[in-house]
Amino acid sequence: MKFLVYIETDSGDVVASSWEALGAALSLSDDVEAVIIGDKISVGVEEVVKRGAQKVYVVEDETRQLFDLERHLADVKNVLDMSGADAFLASHTSNGRDLAAALGADKTAGVIADALELSVDGDKLKGVRGVYSGNILVDVTVDGSPQIATLRPRAFAAAEDTSASADVVLVDPANVDSPYEVLGVERTETGEVSLTEASVIVSGGRGVAKDPELGFDLIRELAGLLGAAVGASRAAVDAGFISYDHQVGQTGKVVRPDLYIAAGISGAVQHLAGMGSSKVIVAINKDAEAPIFSVANYGIVGDLFEVVPAMSEAVREKLGK
Amino acid sequence: MRYLVCIKQTPDTAELPKITPEEAASGKFSVNLVVNPWDELAIEAGLKLMETYGGVTGAITVGDEGAIDALRSALAMGCKDATLVKNVGADVSGVADLLAAAVKKDGDVGVVVTGQMTVDGNSGSLPVVLGRKLGWPVLTGVAKIVDLADDSITVERTVGQARLTVKTSLPAVVSVNKEIGEPRYPTFINIRKAARVKAPVLTADDLGVEVPAPVVHMTNFRKPPARDAKVQLFEGSPQEAAAALVDALLAEKVL
Repeated sequence: MKFLVYIETDSGDVVASSWEALGAALSLSDDVEAVIIGDKISVGVEEVVKRGAQKVYVVEDETRQLFDLERHLADVKNVLDMSGADAFLASHTSNGRDLAAALGADKTAGVIADALELSVDGDKLKGVRGVYSGNILVDVTVDGSPQIATLRPRAFAAAEDTSASADVVLVDPANVDSPYEVLGVERTETGEVSLTEASVIVSGGRGVAKDPELGFDLIRELAGLLGAAVGASRAAVDAGFISYDHQVGQTGKVVRPDLYIAAGISGAVQHLAGMGSSKVIVAINKDAEAPIFSVANYGIVGDLFEVVPAMSEAVREKLGK
Repeated sequence: MRYLVCIKQTPDTAELPKITPEEAASGKFSVNLVVNPWDELAIEAGLKLMETYGGVTGAITVGDEGAIDALRSALAMGCKDATLVKNVGADVSGVADLLAAAVKKDGDVGVVVTGQMTVDGNSGSLPVVLGRKLGWPVLTGVAKIVDLADDSITVERTVGQARLTVKTSLPAVVSVNKEIGEPRYPTFINIRKAARVKAPVLTADDLGVEVPAPVVHMTNFRKPPARDAKVQLFEGSPQEAAAALVDALLAEKVL
């Protein structure tokens, strides 16, 4: 099966989970091509070439600096025609999800969305994904050509730099009018680690209530030492302790880090829906009966205002930070 | 302007863990069914549009007869009318075909509002697929509606770690996230009124739609493997417990 993998860029930088989509394709086939679309992406193109795709299609244009559904979709369709790929893969980011959904709609093809596993069965892709917010797993196949799948970030091993080489094909940007006009761009959390890409997350919940500012300062300090992203429960967000973009759970982000530290979070099922597939879960809570302890690997029954700074201290000591 | 909010009836999120593979495969549930929580946000967005810019906000759903309860919730929150498109078994593509036909039949719809995803299907693809079928622009991840004019809408979108202010032409599809604002509680009087409403019921035939065969096939519904977690608790002073915990995490190689 011949794959075309979408390498997403944002203001010139490759979105890291794209490497996982490339890694998944390379693990399933020897016939893998990639398409990278953006502006000022020469560094990104070099990276794709070194990671094992046989051919890299490049669409570089200033109108492609930010993802534009109309333009990027038209480019992808052009490249699919040139490539003749049987399957199209993207990471299930906001933009990857939208691109794959639109491609599927236009091609009357199904999408294996947000796949946790992927395999090839004859001329079909077969995925495993969660439905009912991860409470049920299903096998998924789709009709249509190309076979389309988006992959859950952090569920697949990233393609490594193997100093490989590839043919680079420069493709003219598709000549389409976009209905979208971007009037402003604000980078919300410059320098902060993205929740969906983070290998470690430290989250705070209702337990910070007696001094929310100090509570999240302590959580941020520990997160900073660990190179971790900062998360939060819905209760903390709804109470205004921290902004919504930090919310993990049913109506927030779904994450799967190697390590999830839940500080002062009781562990409602809606929160578990967002972080239940983390590899290792640590619970810190004053209430020994809190449901979070039933999914945690490690726990401390105690006050996060004491335990979190003590963890920071221990990390400094043991990791020499 | 006319605004149409697309909603779906889904299991109560608190009861999702109780759903069995058999229920998931059949779509027949013993648990309580409610309005998909993301769609409550869409209703809120639709009502805010009506209040801020004038016009009429209606709700529409695709489902079986029981989905009338979800429409009643939308009416109780303040939607002015509700439409049930009767269908069971269509996938995202088929549902989008039905909704697109209903939107066109509705006439003068300026903005279709949806939630960002459903808590059952989880793909988040419906707003985009619907937009493509209508041939309308789609704005996903909408946190705030900044402006609405006769022929354009301007919104703030959150995409990854960026917040984009984007303007597009009308008619358009927008899908909203939680930043749009807390869904309002239904008023008593609206609940009373909604209970008596008979929503028009449309079928695929009424809409002139031949629902296509599904292009997504799901099999082997199963529970995910149980989390192999017997919690190991660390005791002593906060310092002692924290030090032992960090040692354990280092041994697990997750730090």
